[in-house]
Amino acid sequence: MNKTLRILGWGTVALLGAVAVGTVAVHRGEPINALWLVVAATCCYALGYRFYSRFIAVKILALDGLRATPAERLENGRDFLVTNKWVVFGHHFAAIAGPGPLVGPVLAAQFGYLPGTLWVLAGAVFAGCVQDFVILLFSVRRDGKSLTEMAKDEIGRVGGFVAYVAVIAILIILLGVAALIVVNALKASPWGTFTIAMTMPIALLMGVYLRRIRPGKVLEVSALGFVLVLAAIWGGQYVSQNPALARVFTFSAPTLAILIMVYGFAASALPVWLLLAPRDYLSTFVKLGTIALLAVGIVVLHPTLHMPALTRFVDGTGPVFAGKIFPFAFITIACGAISGFHALISSGTTPKLIARETETRMVGYGAMMCESAVAVMAIIAACVMQPGVYFAINSPAGVVGQAPAAAAATISSWGFPVTAADMQALAHAVGEQTLYNRTGGAPAFAVGMAHIFSHSLGGDTLMALWYHFAIMFEALFILTILDAGTRVARFMVQDALGHLYKPLGRTSWYPSILATSGLIVAAWGYFLWQGVKDPLGGINSLWPLFGISNQLLATVALCVATTIIIKMHRAKYAAVTLVPLAWLVAVTFTASWHKMFDPDPRVGFLAQAQALAVGPASSATGRLIFNNRLDAAVTGVLVVMVTLVLVESGRQWWGILRGTREAPVKEAPFVRTRLVEEQG
Amino acid sequence: MKRIVCGWHTFMAALREIFDEAAYARFLDRAGMASSSEAYSAFRREFDEAKVRRPKCC
Repeated sequence: MNKTLRILGWGTVALLGAVAVGTVAVHRGEPINALWLVVAATCCYALGYRFYSRFIAVKILALDGLRATPAERLENGRDFLVTNKWVVFGHHFAAIAGPGPLVGPVLAAQFGYLPGTLWVLAGAVFAGCVQDFVILLFSVRRDGKSLTEMAKDEIGRVGGFVAYVAVIAILIILLGVAALIVVNALKASPWGTFTIAMTMPIALLMGVYLRRIRPGKVLEVSALGFVLVLAAIWGGQYVSQNPALARVFTFSAPTLAILIMVYGFAASALPVWLLLAPRDYLSTFVKLGTIALLAVGIVVLHPTLHMPALTRFVDGTGPVFAGKIFPFAFITIACGAISGFHALISSGTTPKLIARETETRMVGYGAMMCESAVAVMAIIAACVMQPGVYFAINSPAGVVGQAPAAAAATISSWGFPVTAADMQALAHAVGEQTLYNRTGGAPAFAVGMAHIFSHSLGGDTLMALWYHFAIMFEALFILTILDAGTRVARFMVQDALGHLYKPLGRTSWYPSILATSGLIVAAWGYFLWQGVKDPLGGINSLWPLFGISNQLLATVALCVATTIIIKMHRAKYAAVTLVPLAWLVAVTFTASWHKMFDPDPRVGFLAQAQALAVGPASSATGRLIFNNRLDAAVTGVLVVMVTLVLVESGRQWWGILRGTREAPVKEAPFVRTRLVEEQG
Repeated sequence: MKRIVCGWHTFMAALREIFDEAAYARFLDRAGMASSSEAYSAFRREFDEAKVRRPKCC
């Protein structure tokens, strides 16, 4: 009876999922309700988790609940610690959830809601969740080793070196792009800039409260900080309405870029507790709260999607970023489908907290499903807007023109009607002077989120508050990533330089701190500056570069996973990681080829450099040509390095399968867990 | 009702772990200290060195 009920239950889920995915995929013409996307996603995740992740857990990884994990064997009360699985799940999700799953899907919405939705669902279930799950388990079986260490042990020194360089590269490009998103969201926005500026004294206050008044009460002080941030958002409207104050908080994009670089340097070189730790807590508090609020809002309000399933821009002529649906949709959306960066988290803190091997399935596969659900919410937020409004916000001035009437006319000529008056009214409703040319995805996401919430909570009168709440939420946690990322990259560089000259490796030696912080900030600051000065808005060049480097890191992670699976004598199941690997190789190598050599100057870096060289010369021409050539070179270097890892991995697989190469499994020895006996 | 209470406790435990309150409690246990301004300073000195090396995802 139970079995019959189970079959009936899962059959219903499968049927419902098929109907929902079918509706999302074939529906054309009339707007569709967002609930179809929610149902399709829920059913896909449920089926993927129940059947696919179980298949991987049982048939390939052979999870063993009796095998002691490093959290148990090496428990030290600090890094290694046996932790409740739901607590680890929350911790892991909080670490992998960043701006990526919000920004990527918003940008990819220029192709329509369908490509992004299908990639997010299929990519997560068959690739992203699998990568996070297997890397987590393999790290658990290797005493919590990092991806770089596992690549070195399993593939060889080339693998380890490439993983290291890829991590540094992705960090630098990510930080440059993330900073650009903040700049584009805050430029000429006194309200937004004031709110973000206020988070600094609020964080300092939180730091003092944590130290002096209620030591260690982080949740309490985060809630207090949140209330103060809400007050700052409320107060921001008065700043924007006061001409003298508004002038103080109105900055151009280059000025904001310089301020953010100064902030990044200071944040990397100053003590953490003073500003960064409280801001980090505040950012996490706001992030988790907003994601939960957005999920509830979408389910309860189930808004209508106005964006068509597919737009004309699948042909590669899109204004948000140039390039055809294949491969560019698949590198634009990384974190919501598969992200190499997650492999760093899955082989970082999380494996040291897992109490039992069997819990890696829920934590690794399950948390990535939640991340993917966040990406679905971002698609919904982008697609609830009228398409004309979406394109007016996300299109750079270099494509649609600077003047409002000209931009509106250009966008309307694409078949997405919008008027300058509509955009003026919307800008007024959200408390901004203009919403044109706000590239980067964050303002569009904020408008979408404000649109969803203002329809039920507060109506149009609260639209401006919701918008600035969303901007604050995104800018706050992007800035947190900036300071954390600069520090992580600084430590990595210090570790490497320490091999050349010992004092440079000392993380407490101030000359080294200042030099390496300056080096890292200069590196991502260069990309930021390049984006700010780019007539095409910067996102067109930098986001694909970020997507490519992130997916190339995922390629390295899947190479490591496939190598270990083959070494475990599970070669007949290697397709589980090999197919996503082949897909990623196809996507990233094709995208890299286009970004380097495509003859269209909007797509290819070298073609753009060539077009600039033969066009009218200006003071900036030389710099723009150099930037494009540099971007092409960075892409080329990353591709060559990942090719080396692929070749090295292929040699390993071939040798093992032919029996000419040994396949030592470099796992920690089996030790029986004591937790089972302790729990009776 | 029991399940709701249990769920709430787990939820709060997750928040305490995410916000490092649990790490502070473990530090106090290990060091045999009571919560105070000095204890929290000592905890941050030890904890921040490890925490700032952890990557945050994009």
